[in-house]
Amino acid sequence: MGMETESQFHVLAVDDSLFDRKMIERLLQKSSCQVTTVDSGSKALEFLGLRVDDEDPNVLSTSPHIHQEVEINLIITDYCMPGMTGYDLLKKVKESAAFKSIPVVIMSSENVPARISRCLEEGAEEFFLKPVKLADLTKLKPHMMKTKLKKESEKPAKEEESEVSKPEIEEEEEAVIEILPLHQELESEQLETMVSSSSSNKRKAMEEVISTDRSRPKYNDITTSV
Amino acid sequence: MNTIVAQLQRQFQGYIVSLYQQGYLDNQFTELRKLQDEGSPDFVAEVVSLFFDDCAKLINDMSTSLERPDHVDFKQVDSGVHQLKGSSSSVGARRVKSVCIAFKECCDVQNREGCLRCLQQVDYEYKMLKTKLQDLFNLEQQILQAGGTIPQVSMN
Repeated sequence: MGMETESQFHVLAVDDSLFDRKMIERLLQKSSCQVTTVDSGSKALEFLGLRVDDEDPNVLSTSPHIHQEVEINLIITDYCMPGMTGYDLLKKVKESAAFKSIPVVIMSSENVPARISRCLEEGAEEFFLKPVKLADLTKLKPHMMKTKLKKESEKPAKEEESEVSKPEIEEEEEAVIEILPLHQELESEQLETMVSSSSSNKRKAMEEVISTDRSRPKYNDITTSV
Repeated sequence: MNTIVAQLQRQFQGYIVSLYQQGYLDNQFTELRKLQDEGSPDFVAEVVSLFFDDCAKLINDMSTSLERPDHVDFKQVDSGVHQLKGSSSSVGARRVKSVCIAFKECCDVQNREGCLRCLQQVDYEYKMLKTKLQDLFNLEQQILQAGGTIPQVSMN
């Protein structure tokens, strides 16, 4: 089974503070994630393989020279950063055809409800208040697993599209259970949430996966205008 | 050998509990200790050291900003306090964090005198904590050298 080798998630952590980078790195490592840390939003985009156009910073294109070898399962970013804020970064990721499926989590030391809703509306999966705790990071696994599941479900996708929804759920349950033994701490509630959200978004998600993967090699063709 | 270790462990336990009870540390410090393991045995010491370096630098910068009564850069001071509050909160440095909260209030109303008092206080508190934690780390080293393990302490 190829799933064991893929069981480690790779997180890209973005924070301008060295201290906070060290903290989030350790937290993620302790949660069995591989971590890459960068100190700015623009470096994060560079790492992903999105090049910021020199003339117009609002135009993003995927650099033909950088082949994104590393698969990122989640981006976790600080909100308050000089230059590109975490919110700006979130927007740019969600506007990019190639990377919008990567879950993004925002961190902030300030509890500003308007800020939180803005981020969630823009597509952030979670909003963590600093200091982030180990327990907070357990919330990340379902989001990261969705990206893995999408890839796992890619092959059976075409066969299942014509089936009735009930059999789809059953098939998904099996797929989920196979992966789950690696993460036994997941409660049954979470399992249900994952299965139901996976099945409801499945069609959409599958389409996204198919289009994303096909477009990936053609970096030159992807431009996102803001 | 065993009794020496047990003695040191009790000493360590007593000392760290007193630091919590006296308000030097809060639960976030416990969270920090959870992140230390065989793979990262010096994590707490490293992070704490980073924090104290930050304190020194930020205090110095803010002191400069507050120096001239007629020309105070409150924006810079606010930025410094914000950073200090954030890192003290992440480390579990409870007293330092408390002073930062008061400091921010003085900064918000542009009270230079208040800011200067808070600056002095924050300087005192971080240095005090630095000494206390140094003693704690020394105890840890003694335990390890005596062949023991460092006790996990949970405060409820």
